[in-house]
Amino acid sequence: MTSLFQEVSPGAAEETPTRQITVTVNGESRTAVVEPRLVLAHLLRNGLNMTGTHTGCDTSNCGACTVLFDGKPVKSCTMFAVQADGHDVMTVEGLAGPSELHAIQEGFKEEHGLQCGFCTPGMMMASKALLEENPNPTEDEIRWALSGNLCRCTGYQNIVKAVMWAAQKLEDEG
Amino acid sequence: MALLADGGGEAKVLAGGQSLVPMIKLRFASPEMLVDINEIPDLGYHRVDADGSIHVGALCRHADLERSSLLATRQPTMAAAAPLVADPIVRNRGTLVGSLCHADPQGDWASVMVSLDGLVVAQGPRGRRTIAVKDLVHGPFQNTLAYDEVVVEAIAPAPKGAPAGGYLKLERRVGDFATVGVAVSVDRTGDEVTRAGIGLTGVGSSTISADDAAQLLVGGPLTADAIAEAAALAAHAAQPRTDHRGSASYKRHLVSVFTSRILTGLIRSEEEAA
Repeated sequence: MTSLFQEVSPGAAEETPTRQITVTVNGESRTAVVEPRLVLAHLLRNGLNMTGTHTGCDTSNCGACTVLFDGKPVKSCTMFAVQADGHDVMTVEGLAGPSELHAIQEGFKEEHGLQCGFCTPGMMMASKALLEENPNPTEDEIRWALSGNLCRCTGYQNIVKAVMWAAQKLEDEG
Repeated sequence: MALLADGGGEAKVLAGGQSLVPMIKLRFASPEMLVDINEIPDLGYHRVDADGSIHVGALCRHADLERSSLLATRQPTMAAAAPLVADPIVRNRGTLVGSLCHADPQGDWASVMVSLDGLVVAQGPRGRRTIAVKDLVHGPFQNTLAYDEVVVEAIAPAPKGAPAGGYLKLERRVGDFATVGVAVSVDRTGDEVTRAGIGLTGVGSSTISADDAAQLLVGGPLTADAIAEAAALAAHAAQPRTDHRGSASYKRHLVSVFTSRILTGLIRSEEEAA
């Protein structure tokens, strides 16, 4: 089943039951041949080797797999990869370059917004969507926006502080 | 449509997928074929028609309804329910129409639409037909659509007076299935209730329409006595079962409390405004 995850050049042979899809991931156009049943999270992790997106509950509860789909946070374990064909996906790897931190990542570091770190990528992507829509959120608004993301270490207090820290930093940077 | 017909009853329509995909993963559902409607243009709308009816397209997401100024000003029961469906991320994908077709007894929208005497428009190879939501949902995860039909929109008919109402839900945490949910809709001319509907979530094998309770409210003002009696009748209509979310008697009690709380809240907010 190498075709399941293999990246191929555009125009490669298309055989049932696979589909060739082209997805923009973190600004880069990626083409892959996938089974229609493959979920987006698995394409990202196993196919594109972007393991920043975590799969937790696998049933749309926990939010660890949250990515931005056309700019909106969605749970990538509950979407098929073929549904992303022609769409734009942003993962935690897209927040900043390899040797730099996005203000949200910095906030999580500064405010100890993570313990085991499993939920963190999903928390950050949900936070990114929130701050883009609402650059200066209240604590309540942050809690509301992150209510679809579970932290089993129960570190919610510091996660909220981390997002507030990031909002402040982004505002200072203008 | 042709794909659904080809599927011969083994195909399922995939809209938001926020219920269907987890069910497939858990092996509660194993359709041979999924027909993804997400790339069909122009189904993401919700709008009000000249007659006052509200129309919601098959790809209108919960998040669109949550942010809708149209619902906020014209349809209080729907506006109250939209922010309580699932969680904020699921609301970016899930759809109202998909929720109705999914017919989960714990689904929020079916109760809301039942309370509004809502309808759906189903498109099939033989044309279009309109089905009352009460008749669409007829058992746990069972709807009355033919296998080659797809719902293209849901309709909340024009209110018979000034619309008021609300939706209350108890859940153990955000995104969990409802322990109990109650949707109440009343249309009034002056003080007189001209139409009422009450839908119950999670207290039976299907969405429950508490018709006796709603009927009792029609024809008079919302008095404390009428509210208490309607709340008791709504609780009577519930068929809850004891499970890990609570005992049957607890859930029945909640139906009464929520019904009363929504109706009492309407009167109170009007008194405060006056």
